[in-house]
Amino acid sequence: MSPVKVFGSAAFTNVARVLVCLEELGVEYEIVDVDFHAKEHKGPDHLARNPFGQVPAFQDGDLVLFESRAICRYVFRKYMATADGTSNLLRNGGDDLAESAALVDAWLDVEALQYEPAVHAVFVQHRVVPALGGTPDETVIAASVEKLRQVLEVYEARLAEYRYLAGGDRVSLADLNHFPYTYYFMTMPYASVFDSFPRVKAWWEELVARPAVQKVARMMADHSAG
Amino acid sequence: MGIKVYGPAASTNVARVLVCLEEVGVEYELVPVDMPSGEHKRPEHLARNPFGQVPAFQDGDLMLSESRAIAKYILRKGGSQLLRECNLSESAMVDVWLEVEAAQFSSAMSPIIFQCFVIPVVMGGKPDMKVVEENLEKLKKALEVYEARLSKFKYLAGEFVSLADISHFPTAHYLLGSPHASAIDAYPHVKAWIADIMARPSVKKVRELMKMASA
Repeated sequence: MSPVKVFGSAAFTNVARVLVCLEELGVEYEIVDVDFHAKEHKGPDHLARNPFGQVPAFQDGDLVLFESRAICRYVFRKYMATADGTSNLLRNGGDDLAESAALVDAWLDVEALQYEPAVHAVFVQHRVVPALGGTPDETVIAASVEKLRQVLEVYEARLAEYRYLAGGDRVSLADLNHFPYTYYFMTMPYASVFDSFPRVKAWWEELVARPAVQKVARMMADHSAG
Repeated sequence: MGIKVYGPAASTNVARVLVCLEEVGVEYELVPVDMPSGEHKRPEHLARNPFGQVPAFQDGDLMLSESRAIAKYILRKGGSQLLRECNLSESAMVDVWLEVEAAQFSSAMSPIIFQCFVIPVVMGGKPDMKVVEENLEKLKKALEVYEARLSKFKYLAGEFVSLADISHFPTAHYLLGSPHASAIDAYPHVKAWIADIMARPSVKKVRELMKMASA
């Protein structure tokens, strides 16, 4: 089986999201860089893989995918069978498969629609805007950190009841998908917003301790300009 | 205890759930949530949807939030072919375009809906045209991609209709009812695809519920 291809640098959160899944399952992969400076992401070859000109794109044989969260689901569906059964990360481990899958789906969407927008907004102001020569908008940052705090209150209550977000007693893709953006967020001064939420912090520490996640963290650090 | 959906049918996210229930032909109860009076932020509703949003969904002991997750649950239990989970490549394409619906289409439409419908009707205010214009530009960029895709395939995930297509109908419903409906005229395949989705009996039924709720 030839390695799957991931298009885009590990420094990008959405690329890292896919890499975590591949590492968790021990799938052989190859990273193909996309040169943003040379506007390669807007060139015809890349647009053929990701029509929105974004990263990641992904290729497995003839199948070409984009949207990191869709890629992650595909990776688990296809490669789960070759792992040792503990990698069934699209379920929460419960006996009722429909319910188990629904809870993971729900918390996957919570990450995408509640958690990430708040973290992303801070990330853009703190990292992207200065990189483009601008000044961070502290009002936007404050509002986003407040939104994040409200989301973390919900997470704290959830994690007080269950060890992992989707319920059940095993990690799921819903937990893992939080890693890349949170990894960067924790390097920012606003990371202190997590201090009021001990269950969330414990959940995060456990996530970050996973070997696959540690490996991707190193790749993200190596490829970030700093 | 049967299936309950909490929230107004006029909400795009509630409508997304209702259309799936109609697709699989399952009985359900639609329980109103009085959002103008803040019912969705009060403890009883927060116990069902901790983010204080609609819909919330209940099937027996299972309580769910997030409309697309609820949609998948309903379709799987109902044995629907709209997810294609028996086929790796097809289900992957459904997932891809469902993500696009959320990230590119609905993300641009939500502010437009808020400005053009919620602010005038619910809050008695005037739309911020700058917000509307910015998001119409975002929408058009997305529609260009959709037009190219739908020129090659009958539906977004391929030659088969899927949740990825139907998931667009609630926001498309509002686009068609807004002053900006003509935005799709420049994209003939998109226009035809929307018409195709709107012709589905399940979609027609839920659109009626949406209109009644907004009246």
